[in-house]
Amino acid sequence: MKPAAFDYQSPTSIAEAVQMLAEPPEDGGDVKVLAGGQSLVPLLSLRLATPARIVDINRIPGLTGISEEGGVLTLGALVRQRTAEHSDVVARACPLMAAAIPHIGHTAIRNRGTIGGSIAHADSAAELPTVALCLDAEMVAHGSNGERTIPAAEFFTGFFSTALAEDEILTAVRVRSVAPGTGAAYEELARRHGDFAMVGVAAQVRLDGDTVTEARIALSGVDAQPVRASKAEAALVGHTVDEQTLSAAADAATADLHPASDLHASAAYRKHLAGVLIRRAVRNAATRAKESA
Amino acid sequence: MNTREITVTVNGRRHTRTVEVRRTLADFLREDLGLTGTHLGCEHGVCGACTVIIDGVTARSCLQLAVQADGAEITTVEGVTLPDGELHPVQEALRDSHAFQCGFCTPGFVMAIYGMCEEKKAGKPVPCSRAELREELSGNICRCSGYQQIIDGAEAALAAAKEA
Ligand SMILES: Cc1cc2nc3c(=O)[nH]c(=O)nc-3n(C[C@H](O)[C@H](O)[C@H](O)COP(=O)(O)OP(=O)(O)OC[C@H]3O[C@@H](n4cnc5c(N)ncnc54)[C@H](O)[C@@H]3O)c2cc1C
Ligand code: FES
Ligand code: FES
Repeated sequence: MKPAAFDYQSPTSIAEAVQMLAEPPEDGGDVKVLAGGQSLVPLLSLRLATPARIVDINRIPGLTGISEEGGVLTLGALVRQRTAEHSDVVARACPLMAAAIPHIGHTAIRNRGTIGGSIAHADSAAELPTVALCLDAEMVAHGSNGERTIPAAEFFTGFFSTALAEDEILTAVRVRSVAPGTGAAYEELARRHGDFAMVGVAAQVRLDGDTVTEARIALSGVDAQPVRASKAEAALVGHTVDEQTLSAAADAATADLHPASDLHASAAYRKHLAGVLIRRAVRNAATRAKESA
Repeated sequence: MNTREITVTVNGRRHTRTVEVRRTLADFLREDLGLTGTHLGCEHGVCGACTVIIDGVTARSCLQLAVQADGAEITTVEGVTLPDGELHPVQEALRDSHAFQCGFCTPGFVMAIYGMCEEKKAGKPVPCSRAELREELSGNICRCSGYQQIIDGAEAALAAAKEA
């Protein structure tokens, strides 16, 4: 239960960090970025990860900002999850993220865990990747070839996998601020509070009167990566949020799902849960949309 | 061996030490500084026994490397006891509630509740109801007590902590 030996670097600029990521270690092996350490350090201790070099990005200045400008909310990759949870700017501009974060682990985990770390780790059961996909967030990455922006739909590529190249650091996440009349909810079921969810649902809806004008739904825990429920979204737009519409949305989403069975839940149970949680999340999001109109 | 020199303030005392870069903060506190009040249950973040305060907030000392703590201020369970050796109100409240049996989990609970009390004193929102407290303390595992008395103690400690 002790990490294997590695080389440790703590760069103080993005350029320096990228160089350390790009340069192969002398004796071979992986290079890993260390952010909040709440996923990486357990992997090191269990020796599921044995990188040759660790690049600790915590001493790089400028990655901890939260700002909203021109209708876009930008979070630096090193913003601690707890800081975002308590941020008035996040609560106003991105209520879905504010609703999702309290589901992550426990306070002491969120005090250290970062927004960027969770998204880069890309656990299919995690909340923030699901939120990013739901909102079509943009991930800003810096690498040897400079800066680029990756849309969420292209970012999550599979089991714990992302579009980030080995020499790239995720530096910021951007989402569009919500329009008036929008409500959001994150609903999930975990065996114990703080555990990774068996299934989670992110939902955001915009209402005009009682009619849904925009719907966004994404699910965690039902595939190797978070999944967008486009057919369920289409089943909601133009309708009022009543039992019939909720059923249509839940059915549309679950028809295409092929979740895996594991120790925590069977495939059939996950599918059932997805339907229940979609109804709950959309209903709660719609209630909040009415309150915010 | 891959080592670095670090300076860390623990319970108000500055320590400068050379540490192996793979050493966790928990092992540094226990083995290099001899502060064995911080307990290690799981060593991968799930039990909460190793909870300490790092720069004002609760954190798992098993999920941070000692090198990362260079320049940080840390409070461990040894540091919450009052200067005259009296127990801290959080410790008093847990004792009065009979909140432990073997005591292995206790340092972690003391630090988690201490962290909440400090946040309350700083005017931040903290859990109030028993249900919220249960949720908040779900990151700390106790194999003996059945939790009821720990929640009693936490409730009493939080009620006693006043906003400054
Ligand atoms: C007990 C426990 C319960 C938890 N429960 C949950 C939960 O319910 N839901 C949940 O979502 N998470 C949970 N987590 C994980 C937690 O949210 C982590 O904070 C998060 O997954 C990773 O963020 P981090 O900043 O700690 O990243 P790290 O652990 O530092 O890094 C994680 C991975 O991402 C890479 N990485 C990190 N930052 C960057 C970057 N900027 N650029 C490129 N790569 C990067 C690292 O190389 C590493 O591979 C839990 C953890 C614990 C210990
Ligand atoms: S020893 Fe750190 S959480 Fe269990
Ligand atoms: S008192 Fe024994 S583990 Fe909590």
